[in-house]
Amino acid sequence: MSGVMPAGGRLTAREAGLASCHVCGQLARHVAHRALRCPRCRAPLHLRKPASVSTTWALIVASAILFVPANLLPMMTTSSLLGTQRDTIMSGVVFLWRSGSWPLAAVVFFASIVVPLLKILALAWLTASVQRRSRRRLMQRTRLYRLVEFVGRWSMLDIYVITLLVALVNFRGIATIEAGPAAIAFGAVVVLTMFAAMTFDPRLIWDPLAGPDDLARHD
Amino acid sequence: MSLTLPAQTLACHECDLLQTEPALAPGQTARCVRCGALLARNPPDSLDRTLALTLTAAILYVIANAWPLVGLDMQGRRVEVTLIGAVQALWSEGMTPVAALVFGTALLFPLLELAMILVVLIPLRLGRVSPRMAPFFRLVRSVQPWGMVEVFLLGMLVSLVKLSHMATVLLGPAFWAMAALILTVTLAGRAFDSRLLWQAPPAGAGA
Ligand SMILES: [Zn+2]
Ligand SMILES: [Zn+2]
Repeated sequence: MSGVMPAGGRLTAREAGLASCHVCGQLARHVAHRALRCPRCRAPLHLRKPASVSTTWALIVASAILFVPANLLPMMTTSSLLGTQRDTIMSGVVFLWRSGSWPLAAVVFFASIVVPLLKILALAWLTASVQRRSRRRLMQRTRLYRLVEFVGRWSMLDIYVITLLVALVNFRGIATIEAGPAAIAFGAVVVLTMFAAMTFDPRLIWDPLAGPDDLARHD
Repeated sequence: MSLTLPAQTLACHECDLLQTEPALAPGQTARCVRCGALLARNPPDSLDRTLALTLTAAILYVIANAWPLVGLDMQGRRVEVTLIGAVQALWSEGMTPVAALVFGTALLFPLLELAMILVVLIPLRLGRVSPRMAPFFRLVRSVQPWGMVEVFLLGMLVSLVKLSHMATVLLGPAFWAMAALILTVTLAGRAFDSRLLWQAPPAGAGA
């Protein structure tokens, strides 16, 4: 790793009236109230992701609501000679634990329950702190955002497990597995929290460090 | 305001701080002085390595989709599933949104990502740099977060453990191809230097 020298003191692109392209990184002069495109790759240019705070809030609230049926409704129904059994996400974890595969039980518990919950809570805290223009724990909040972005995809795990169980356990008369309504709710939680992480703009965490003139100049 | 910027000035995509990008030796990376975000990398021999790895990944992708992934043997009755077969099973059961989600994240987006990287890199390797490639690269960037083959592989392992008590579990050729695909795609991502796309055509490549 080699050091990078700050240019022009500690100026942000926004303070310099520049927007950086989210695709190719090109800097371009920003003109307020004008739809701009990157001169190099033609991607739409914004100082910050548009309507970041309100969109992220909407997605967080929607995922928090859907997280309830995702956990309460059955994820899958197993029909076998022994009868019919409905499993929620949690009872699936308990099943893995009891059958002795506790490392996998831990993985599924983490991916299906801890990660979505952590994402919802972390994004809610990040968005609220950005709204308050908090200047505290900037680095910790940036790291938390990176963590949320990184682990988010792993909560898709249970959706794939269900898909394979449904396809594999299809022995007519002996055993069949069907997906339950929780699969739809859970899939929606994963997608919505991923969108929430994408609409949140981590640069908003650092913006309060810029002078108040920065506030007045742009929306 | 007439601020003139040095050519190597860039803004951190995570905290917006302006800074100059140093000349990087092969293998070096530049990080933001304020928040530590990765700003630029200079992987050695980037274009050739990325192209070779992505072509390998494309072949592995075909194998991973054409052959059965996993199978189950239950008292002589055998079931084998391919990736698309698993999606179809879910679809025919009425779980259309979930089937579409699996189709997109495990099949379509990884394919789009590979295809778009090749569409961008092959002309670049042949010395043809065209601004018309930019939209394809933008597409790569937007589908990348949605390709989740590595999560799918872990999902397969979990479901096989769940079933191992009731039937004999079989691993198909596509299972190993998918594991290799994940490895090559990861290596290709590490070898890739996106700055290649935006720099002037290399010397001797023609105008
Ligand atoms: Zn651009
Ligand atoms: Zn930074």
